[in-house]
Amino acid sequence: MDKPVIVELRGLVFEGRGHRAVDGIDLVLPAGRTVILGPNGAGKSVLLRLMHGLLAPTGGAVRWAAREGRVPRLAMVFQKPVLLRRSALDNVLYGLLLSPAHRHEARARLRERAAAALQRVGLTHLAARPARVLSGGEQQRVALARVWALEPDVLLLDEPTASLDPAAIRAVEDIVAGIAEGGTSIIMTTHHRGLARRFADSVVVLEQGRVAEHTPTQEFFTRPRSGAGQSYLQGETA
Amino acid sequence: MDWIAASLADAARLVFSLDAQLYSIIGLSLMVSLASVSLATLFGGLIGAALAVTRFPGRRSVVVLLNAAMGLPPVVVGLVVYLLLSRAGPLGPLGLLFTPRAMVFAQFILITPLIAALTRQVIEDAWREYEEQLCSLGARSWQAALTLLWDTRFSLLTVFLAGLGRAASEVGAVMIVGGNIAGVTRVMTTTIALETSKGDLPLAVGLGMILVGIVLVLNAGAYGIREWAARRYG
Repeated sequence: MDKPVIVELRGLVFEGRGHRAVDGIDLVLPAGRTVILGPNGAGKSVLLRLMHGLLAPTGGAVRWAAREGRVPRLAMVFQKPVLLRRSALDNVLYGLLLSPAHRHEARARLRERAAAALQRVGLTHLAARPARVLSGGEQQRVALARVWALEPDVLLLDEPTASLDPAAIRAVEDIVAGIAEGGTSIIMTTHHRGLARRFADSVVVLEQGRVAEHTPTQEFFTRPRSGAGQSYLQGETA
Repeated sequence: MDWIAASLADAARLVFSLDAQLYSIIGLSLMVSLASVSLATLFGGLIGAALAVTRFPGRRSVVVLLNAAMGLPPVVVGLVVYLLLSRAGPLGPLGLLFTPRAMVFAQFILITPLIAALTRQVIEDAWREYEEQLCSLGARSWQAALTLLWDTRFSLLTVFLAGLGRAASEVGAVMIVGGNIAGVTRVMTTTIALETSKGDLPLAVGLGMILVGIVLVLNAGAYGIREWAARRYG
């Protein structure tokens, strides 16, 4: 793991309604592709939201490393994409119009960027279609195009392939790989072992709001270091 | 019972004879109602959306007050506006009393809380779904509010109609500030009240039929638009 560090989590805690969803996480993540695994309720989604800043920690801190002397640009894709009641193209354009990095560009240029992003996810033919009537897989691809157009330094993905069919899962995986190849670091939660195995450089296993292990992918799938990692793999192969 | 049938027949004749007096009353009613509801939608919509997406100390109290203001008694609003616009009142120099503008003003005050409260409810429901996504994209509160106003526009059509229904059926406030002057400030509701008190039922019944007809057509139209929008935009 000689890649530069992108984020440090120090004593990170999140407590809500008397429940500690994240319970003192210390973690250093390098640039590249990280997959976070763990059973339901382990705190994966809360951890991603804390890292993005959508939730404020009740303890500890998230420290992002500066990128080229500036705060890194973060983007997030959710398990169930929320698209606006407008065309697929306009959904992608909407993200660009909000982005401080692109705010000063002409609208025509932003439209070109949005169209290019839709082309990269293979949805040019659906650009004019209302986004919310597309299939689940297509909606997730529009959501990915929206963040891809933003050219983020780090992309957080919260179970982006949940409830998708195998073909849609493969399409999402290819798109995320394409985003990563452009230099964007990926931090993704998932329950798909195959996806984690094919995609990740390293795997983080969470259990009851704590890090059970952080291991290079190949090693994790052959010799998981923690009991939680072993149980997770056994549970999935059972 | 014969007099009811006779009144209905006379009313129908009046409606289909394109009576000039009748249609000038209908025209003024629609103009006053649409103007007041449009203004109230602009202000109330923004207030409701802002309330839905922002959090500040005392917000709950504001929401309770807004909900309570939906039930403002029209005659009290009319009286307050009368006092404001009367010659000795602070807005007296504008010379608006007993004009359609005064009626628009009174209805605007009456309807804005209704539009704001209903808009807040619609936007708050949508905000629950959109909040994380919009925040993750970096939307500020005002940007989120405008986005949600646009995205829920078809649901807000119902809010607009609720406001229009209240405006079109309102009599107390417009009677006080308009004065029910024939050809100047006489609208459907004030005419119905006047003609009924005089015992001249055909005009009152005719206007009543038209009023109900307008409300039915508008609601049917709104229903159709919402159904179409749900199919078209999801």
